[in-house]
Amino acid sequence: MKSSLDVLIAGAGIVGAACALELARAKMRVAIVDRSFPASGATGASMGHIVAMDDSEAQFALTRYSQVLWHELRDALPSTIEFDRCGTIWLACDDEELAEARRKHAYYRERGVAAEILDSAAVHDAEPNLKTPMAGGLLVEGDAVVYPPAATAYFLERAAALGATVILDRSVRKLGGSQALLDDGTVISADKLINAAGCCAPELAEGIQVKPRKGHLVITDRYPGMIRHQLVELGYLKSAHSVTADSVAFNLQPRKTGQILIGSSRQYGAMDERVDTEMVSRMLHRAFEFVPKLESLSAIRVWTGFRPATPDSLPLIGPWEKDPSVLLATGHEGLGITTSLATAKLIRAHIDGSEPAIPLAPYLPSRHILAEIHA
Amino acid sequence: MRSDAATTGVITVRVNQRPVRIVNGASVAVAVLAAQSACRISVTGENRAPLCGMGTCFECRVTIDGKAHQRGCQITCIEGMEIRCDE
Amino acid sequence: MSNGSATSADVAVIGGGPAGIAGAVTAAESERDVVLIDDNAKPGGQIWRRSIENQNSQHAAFWFERLAKSRVRVVSGSRVIHAERGELQVETDDSISRLRFEKLILATGARELFLPFPGWTLPNVVGSGGLQALVKSGLDVAKKRVVVAGTGPLLLAVAAYLCAHGAEVVCICEQAPMSTLTNFAGTMLRFPAKISEAVKLRLASRKTSYLTNAWPVAAIGGERLESVRISDNGRLREIPCDYLACGFHLVPNTELAQLLGCQLSDEFVATDDYQQTSMGKVYCAGEPTGIGGMELSILEGRIAGHAATNKKDEASRLFTERARYRKLALAMEKTFRLRHELKELASEDTLVCRCEDVTLGRVRKHTSWKAAKLHTRCGMGPCQGRVCGAAARFLFGWNVAASRPPVFPARCSSLAEVSSQVHGGSQ
Repeated sequence: MKSSLDVLIAGAGIVGAACALELARAKMRVAIVDRSFPASGATGASMGHIVAMDDSEAQFALTRYSQVLWHELRDALPSTIEFDRCGTIWLACDDEELAEARRKHAYYRERGVAAEILDSAAVHDAEPNLKTPMAGGLLVEGDAVVYPPAATAYFLERAAALGATVILDRSVRKLGGSQALLDDGTVISADKLINAAGCCAPELAEGIQVKPRKGHLVITDRYPGMIRHQLVELGYLKSAHSVTADSVAFNLQPRKTGQILIGSSRQYGAMDERVDTEMVSRMLHRAFEFVPKLESLSAIRVWTGFRPATPDSLPLIGPWEKDPSVLLATGHEGLGITTSLATAKLIRAHIDGSEPAIPLAPYLPSRHILAEIHA
Repeated sequence: MRSDAATTGVITVRVNQRPVRIVNGASVAVAVLAAQSACRISVTGENRAPLCGMGTCFECRVTIDGKAHQRGCQITCIEGMEIRCDE
Repeated sequence: MSNGSATSADVAVIGGGPAGIAGAVTAAESERDVVLIDDNAKPGGQIWRRSIENQNSQHAAFWFERLAKSRVRVVSGSRVIHAERGELQVETDDSISRLRFEKLILATGARELFLPFPGWTLPNVVGSGGLQALVKSGLDVAKKRVVVAGTGPLLLAVAAYLCAHGAEVVCICEQAPMSTLTNFAGTMLRFPAKISEAVKLRLASRKTSYLTNAWPVAAIGGERLESVRISDNGRLREIPCDYLACGFHLVPNTELAQLLGCQLSDEFVATDDYQQTSMGKVYCAGEPTGIGGMELSILEGRIAGHAATNKKDEASRLFTERARYRKLALAMEKTFRLRHELKELASEDTLVCRCEDVTLGRVRKHTSWKAAKLHTRCGMGPCQGRVCGAAARFLFGWNVAASRPPVFPARCSSLAEVSSQVHGGSQ
């Protein structure tokens, strides 16, 4: 018997919300369920950067495709989303890092991403509050920043306007066999089920390799103009890579409010929400090394969040090999905001059988089986 | 300006580069209010002045001697202080 | 900037108001090392705040003298921004330091509850305690017209104070109905001192009309307040004035207690007979345990001071008196309960969050404080929800509990300073 719904999505973070909108646009009958309120998980804690990352071809393809989608969407976005094309400067502290910047530059240019090498004078000109002297940097002007909760709310609003059902404050207990069992006993049938539950995804799909990766962020009071671009150290990826060690990496973001968001940290372990003052200290000290003026700024809030991380740093997008009715859309680690739109497109393409804009293979949940076979 | 017998002197501070004479011991917030009606302009452009008087509402934030976001109601004026606030 | 220094104390007392001073002085009687940390330039808290004229009430003078004669180390101009592992992190305008404690007495007091209503963000709409604090800090209100509105005996005290400083207090608007006030007067008969206080206050402000069943419905003005529209027994009228001093109850300052893990009961810190919280080393005295006024705060401070220095017998001798004042506090709470009309003053476009300018209309689309915060930024400004959170709790009944550091906005350099204890991995 055909279900009344085409799709049920578990999780109303930015990925789930983007999927809801994309599928509702495709005239599918969609329901989306969240155990709390929209963006209450990783999305609500996140930095909100939209960035093309070159960690691997697959990561680049996904982030770049998604970044283009964000730019296409930007004029339609309400001001609450605070879309700001501030760009990113990857900072090189020495010649070795400058060489890495040049490598990145070539990589981006070959793939059509606007990027410019900045020498020492140019980088200090672009960011007068950087500690002198920097060796230089790489400016990627297409990178942007958004306020993720507002984007999530907007996607859900639009999806609902197109007929999607939004169910909040309800947990999904079981997701499989074209059915979702909710905590109040309700059973919802849908042809396809999408697990976009972030760090909770393994609760609904046993055995999938998604683990929480704790991060800390500090936000300051308003200091407009103190920094103009998102600033990242070239060592950022080394931190993102490390599978076991607690690490910090310099990452600064100007918000449209004039506040400065200071990150980033990564820790594996249990989901303990409490602020770890030692990690905050390490993270801040790293930030002071790049922008000494930060020391005297007033910090209003400190919070933690959990990125859903996978062993190979690529998200799980596509059919779950253990249940043909389930699609995974999770494990985005620190790139969920960026890749939310592309994830939705890929999911849609898979469901309606159309050709995806980029190959789905690298993100397939079954890739770990293939990896084992080929090992 | 206070004129009762308990006055312990008058000092001068500058609010947005304008000299303001204020009783010695007055808070920065009071000095600003002696010069203009608002301490700060809100994010949507409203005039704001102190609400709580005890350092919890943050409406009295001004820049003192170059340091931004200082709560004026919690700080006593010192002769020569440079106070900058939204106008 | 002196950073990273650490000291220790047997008993650390946070908050230099009546409860904190009484607690510190009492604890110091036992020859223990006691430190009193306070964020103002001089101890006194709100009710004993020093004015430029340096006139103190009898109570205040008595306790200031005891403090001066005691062995208590007073640390002023200092804010506790974090507490963990038996250590406080204390920030001043130019330093950050740590204080290890054996026992802690939280006497962090209370702040005023601000109710949103149209025009409440205009300059010169102030808290009632707030206006008093500003006058003490040098604000000249001579010949200024003031409307005092809100609830409770504090209104009379504020009105009297303002009159004594030359203000023309046009009227006092008490939101409680006359009938409940006359009932309360009966309770007051058991507290003779309080009656003469109230009568004295009333006499001082005799040019002032005292209205019951009255509250502000709008503040009107351009650059600043020009008049207040009040509801006076159902009639609306407009009163031209220079200041509107609003006193609608107090909100306990429980942020630090929450950070320490102390259990709350309703919005107050839960304590046992000895003023001990659910966290063994931590005591709490005064308004954070329940709004009850100065005398009760002093008693609770003394009990906590005794209990924290193992003088349980001395502490228990004060239980009876404390019970009397708690009964009065309960009667006050019932009498001056805020009426439901006050929840309906704000309109859709009245601001609830003043730091981020978020309207009521936007906030009330959400069903929880967390959701409202995340989606509207209400509560994400420097006041950290102290104004808007309390308002949201009153308006919607939301749980606005918060327990993340920093307790107050703090310099990034302060947040970056971490104890060497942490690296040792102790406790």
